[in-house]
Amino acid sequence: MVPMAASPVDAEVVLEARDVSMQYPGTLALDNVSFRLRRGRVSALIGENGAGKSTLVKVLAGIVQPTRGRLLLNGAPISMHSVRDADAHKIGIIHQELILCPNLSVAENIYLARELTVHGVLDKRRQEDRARELLARLEHPIDPRALVGELPLGQQQIVEIAKALARDVRILMMDEPTSALSAAEIAVLFRIIRDLTARGVAIVYISHRLEELLGVADYVSVLRDGRMVAEAAAADVDTRWIVEQMTGRPAGIAEAAGTAQCGPELLRVEALSLISDSGRPVLRDVSLSLRAGEVVGIYGLMGAGRTELLECLMGLHPAVAGSIFLGSKRLDRMDTSARISSGLAMVPEDRQVSGLVQSLSVLANMTLSSLGRFARGPWLSPASQEAAAAGMAAGLRIKGPGLGHNIGSLSGGNQQKVVIAKCLLTEPRVLLLDEPTRGVDVGAKREIHSIVKRLAASGMGIILVSSELEEVRAASTRLVVMSRGAITAEFDAAQATDDALASAASAGPDRTGERS
Amino acid sequence: MIPAQPKEGAVPAPPAPRRRRMSAGAQLFRLRALIVLFALVAVFALMSPAFLTTGNLTILVKHVAINAILAVGMTFVILSGGIDLSVGSVAGLAGIVAGGLIHSGLVLHSLGVVVYFHTWLVVALALLAGALVGAINGALVSQLRVAPFIATLGSLYVARGAALLISNGATFPNLTGKAELGNTGFLSLGAGTALGLPVPIWLMLAFAAAGAFVAERTPFGRRVYAVGGNERAAELSGVRVKRIKFAVYVISGVCAAMVGLIIAAQLAAAHPATGETFELNAIAAVVLGGTSLMGGRGSVGGTIIGAFVIGVLADGLILMGVSEFWQIVIKGLVIVLAVILDQMQQRYTRRTAAALRS
Repeated sequence: MVPMAASPVDAEVVLEARDVSMQYPGTLALDNVSFRLRRGRVSALIGENGAGKSTLVKVLAGIVQPTRGRLLLNGAPISMHSVRDADAHKIGIIHQELILCPNLSVAENIYLARELTVHGVLDKRRQEDRARELLARLEHPIDPRALVGELPLGQQQIVEIAKALARDVRILMMDEPTSALSAAEIAVLFRIIRDLTARGVAIVYISHRLEELLGVADYVSVLRDGRMVAEAAAADVDTRWIVEQMTGRPAGIAEAAGTAQCGPELLRVEALSLISDSGRPVLRDVSLSLRAGEVVGIYGLMGAGRTELLECLMGLHPAVAGSIFLGSKRLDRMDTSARISSGLAMVPEDRQVSGLVQSLSVLANMTLSSLGRFARGPWLSPASQEAAAAGMAAGLRIKGPGLGHNIGSLSGGNQQKVVIAKCLLTEPRVLLLDEPTRGVDVGAKREIHSIVKRLAASGMGIILVSSELEEVRAASTRLVVMSRGAITAEFDAAQATDDALASAASAGPDRTGERS
Repeated sequence: MIPAQPKEGAVPAPPAPRRRRMSAGAQLFRLRALIVLFALVAVFALMSPAFLTTGNLTILVKHVAINAILAVGMTFVILSGGIDLSVGSVAGLAGIVAGGLIHSGLVLHSLGVVVYFHTWLVVALALLAGALVGAINGALVSQLRVAPFIATLGSLYVARGAALLISNGATFPNLTGKAELGNTGFLSLGAGTALGLPVPIWLMLAFAAAGAFVAERTPFGRRVYAVGGNERAAELSGVRVKRIKFAVYVISGVCAAMVGLIIAAQLAAAHPATGETFELNAIAAVVLGGTSLMGGRGSVGGTIIGAFVIGVLADGLILMGVSEFWQIVIKGLVIVLAVILDQMQQRYTRRTAAALRS
């Protein structure tokens, strides 16, 4: 037992960070942070992006070594120099970004670096059988031989979870494990968490979804600007308290989505249908109309076809049937670049892969879609690019070390704003947003929502895809629910109830893969 | 949270099978390198009666063996996401090391003696020279984070220069060896036969089998694929990425040295220019065999088929009397065509994967 004067009487502390600081060039990511993990308990770690949550978890998992401070495992100081050391201490981590090898099978990923062998030869059969058992426990009968790169995002996240479970850990860090999961999948994950804690596993849980977090956590610790600002038992706090601790200011009441002044129809989609190469219907007869000043929220579960609908609008699926009109212009025979110049822009779901060029600066990313505007004859004009980018940075309140710095130097929320800025610089009439606040902290989320409202008020038409009920309700003027590739319901934002939305999202002729 | 609500009366469907059954067409497409190989063999057999004779096939396979052994090592490097441009030079260097040791021995000036080694030791030292260059490549890439292209481009020059320095630009002739020095028998590496097959062909089979086994059936092999597929994921899973990268260059160096020994033994002479542009043939074999230059995807078996495609094409075109200049053009076209087909397959795979997402 660790002598811990101020700690409440509770389960023993298994892992403790004592006065840990982490100095990165230019930033102090962690400033004298102490954090305790208890046997069989879930400790939630909360904070805005850049508050130091991921850094603390990386320290606890041996991925980075703290500049100062100590780690104590069962009261004894330990030092970890790599994930292999953490592995030896039975400490595991589920990463925020999906960290898997797309070219390997599910089973090979799960057992990577700790392959099951017989006399030095891979025992593929046993790896696959064990992986199958693990996936069954997660209620996801994914074929262990399937290539990870060919799985949808949600299933990849399941694989990531299975990988951590396969290591039989005593301490497990979960850095936003639910960002790509549907509600049903989250419910399964929570059952697994309860199962693990019942067996004495200590869990660190990071999520931006505060309500979800309070449902699973025993303790709540709040980080702000690298400092531990508050710790409490989850039972004693509510989301309002958390938001106040995170931001350091009283929580504002979420603005009700105003019924905006709607202008003329901007976008009309008629009978879009898309059949996948394997013959499965992806979109079924989807028709939609969007007026100037309107924010249409599209809600649905994973695989409802929302992303594909946006992709079809942008011309990424040539096989789609149906027609698309932007104003009086017919878009469905145009290629993507022609659609962009006609006034359509999309903020894609995965900003790391599809939204940003990681090797370029903030400025270069921002102006990438609209370079034609900044050309003076054959040359690009640095001055006009900088002026436009600086204007965007000010307008969207993009915070970071500077426009000339690499895009990676920005936090997730600010990177997302850069993607939005890139779209806005093409001067779109219709903006498509696919999960614009995934992996973004509460503060940045609120800002993005207010940007959306501002843009709509200026006469832009916006389609907002989200799997967060709260988000579509807060930011949209009209709600469309999709399920199994078809639109199953439409609501006025004011009239939609959670129940009605949820049942429309799981409606459809032949639902498969949903578990109750 | 949203409870999933099964529709009233809806029959809960069984979980969809996650692994698509591949259509026959897709299967054939995957085997395209093999099909191309058989097609080439069939065409040349029809066009030229000399093609399918034992004599011609033996020569053909002996030629293929040279490139195939280089390409096996190259496969590991490319699978890990790297490239090894130094293999041709390493082959030359290993040949010169072996040739020098057999022809003039190791002169120790300080002691005033000349040491001659037993043939097996000569072979081992030459392979060690290859491993050493590979180790330098590996250290440059893994420890000093030099881009593989640059690191091995440097070694390409340095190893070639070293070979020229050792022999002073000359050829070490007559590597028969002397019985009294215990260094005879070297030539059988290139010219000998065992169980009716030339030794170089046995060596190719051994390297191919060992390479395929290591790549497919050992944890090391999986980790090479993992590093090439997603280096960060491999690192965070506990794979010692630096060690893996180091090892693949050592493997490539040893394979290259083996090729240098075979050529020196075949010619009974070691020439410092041996192996120039061999690296390009090896890369071509790897790519033709379906290994992605981005790393993480491919196989040793594919590489061997790729080496045979190149070899059969060269041999058949010669037999048909096609001009040497056209041969070069055709080889280039075949490589590009193979990569286009590869891209088509990847796009097909991605499309089906994207469709699965729905």
